[in-house]
Amino acid sequence: MTADLLVIGAGPAGMAASVAARRHGLDVVCVDDQPAPGGQIWRAVEIVAATARGHILGAAYQEGIDKAAAFRASGTTYLPDSQVWQIEPGFHASVTRAAQVTSIVARTVLLATGAQERPAPFPGWTLPGVLTVGAAQILLKTSGQLPAQPVWIVGCGPLPLLYATQLLQAGGSIAGWLDTAPTDRLAAAVWHGRSAVAAPSALWKGLSWTMALRRAGIRIIRGVTDVEATGEGRVKHLTWRTANGSSGSAPADVILIHEGVIPSTHAPLSLGCQVRWDSAQECHVPVLDPWGETSCPGVFIAGDGAGIGGAEAAVLRGELAALGIAVRLDRLGADAAHAAAQPLRRSLRRALSVRPLLDALYRPRRSVFVPANETIVCRCEELTAGQLRTIAGTAPIGPNQLKAFSRAGMGPCQGRQCGTTLTHLLATAQGRPPAEIGLLSVRPPLKPVTIGELATLAQELPVP
Amino acid sequence: MFRTLHDAADVVTIQIDGVPVEAEAGETVAAVLLRQPEAWSRTTPVSGARRAPYCMMGVCFDCLAEIDGVSSVQACLTAVRNGMVVQRQLGRRSLAR
Repeated sequence: MTADLLVIGAGPAGMAASVAARRHGLDVVCVDDQPAPGGQIWRAVEIVAATARGHILGAAYQEGIDKAAAFRASGTTYLPDSQVWQIEPGFHASVTRAAQVTSIVARTVLLATGAQERPAPFPGWTLPGVLTVGAAQILLKTSGQLPAQPVWIVGCGPLPLLYATQLLQAGGSIAGWLDTAPTDRLAAAVWHGRSAVAAPSALWKGLSWTMALRRAGIRIIRGVTDVEATGEGRVKHLTWRTANGSSGSAPADVILIHEGVIPSTHAPLSLGCQVRWDSAQECHVPVLDPWGETSCPGVFIAGDGAGIGGAEAAVLRGELAALGIAVRLDRLGADAAHAAAQPLRRSLRRALSVRPLLDALYRPRRSVFVPANETIVCRCEELTAGQLRTIAGTAPIGPNQLKAFSRAGMGPCQGRQCGTTLTHLLATAQGRPPAEIGLLSVRPPLKPVTIGELATLAQELPVP
Repeated sequence: MFRTLHDAADVVTIQIDGVPVEAEAGETVAAVLLRQPEAWSRTTPVSGARRAPYCMMGVCFDCLAEIDGVSSVQACLTAVRNGMVVQRQLGRRSLAR
């Protein structure tokens, strides 16, 4: 299979870029690991939007319907339920779909792989019954599924508030919300709030969600610094401490955690794209030009994978990337692209104006990055922060040496859950900034592939 | 651990560790596992601790299960199919299958 443009991911950015690239006459193939377009924000939107559940999920969810319809009608070759596990320069992508490996040769690549929730290790976070808030929201979107018992929500950021209001509307029950946003963040946030006046709708949304929780009489505990989940074989109990020294505990059936989102960097890192440390969002983000092109010519990134910006910004970045790609492939003149980009860039600035406020308000507490010694950091290999600290302090090593010495990051998730914590543990142990420490190297396959699947590749290649 | 808001429109039957379980066509194996009285998907190869679906979007790999004879399949990225055979994965994946 060949294409002018290979888009990876069919969320807001991937869909918008595909539609825009098709308008410029490009052959577009879009590979998606989900069964239908929409990404995480608009999961199952084509089926769910018209149902009662779609109404509960709200107006922002409903916006996905038109986007998905435009994508379907765009003439993009859409490959759902497909996993990209290698992208080689040139570009040559290997994709598994229904146990068959397909090769796609493309002139340009757009990585629209979005974000993941920031790994936030705490004692007991590996117990069954502990999930992320995003996971619970996906269960609501795709299966109409709610926690069976009153649920504990732990963390900070817009998503816990949004999910909590959706959960209440759906008839679910909340045992309490442990708000982990440090209370001293407010002053910094007010300063940044001046830039957010251009995006009042985002602020209004946040305020209305908080008021809905108050009206429902939800127990809210502010300034939570430490949490622990305990139980044999599954979570049974939750304990917490707050900044003012108070503590509490309660029985728990399901605990949902959320400490913000970070860009998915696995695919760009595997291609050798440069990343930089974003100190406001406390994560690594790819280095991009104004069109979203990475340090590897022909590889573009749009959406939250380019830096956390939300769905509205993702759509705009997707459209901008499509313009840049059309220029690169000589389907559009540079002047025409600049003219078309102007209104997009204006809208993007407006959409992103609320981010400094959100970043300052919900900047995670320190222990999210450097957990206490007894906490498991690498979920796959079950290595604690204490074990990793011991190694991290012995020599000025980097993440890859820490991995080699400990096995952290060698399990099936390939460092997706421990990589950022390894960087922070090393930075703290060596008194260096995270930017100097860097990240784990990412090597293919990006997803597990069976020998049987690899064998199907031979049928595709020409016999020498 | 979890419950559904609605009755399944299009019911399929899958087996989890030999027990027939009803599910809705199109939903993921991980979602079905989270509704079971024993809501877990695997035990770890290191300590044998139980794990359950955690992220539901393919980045934690704690929902790995043996599905239709294939080990280490991400249950959160796998839609149920009528007659599907799911086994919770115990410890290391087996190469024999």
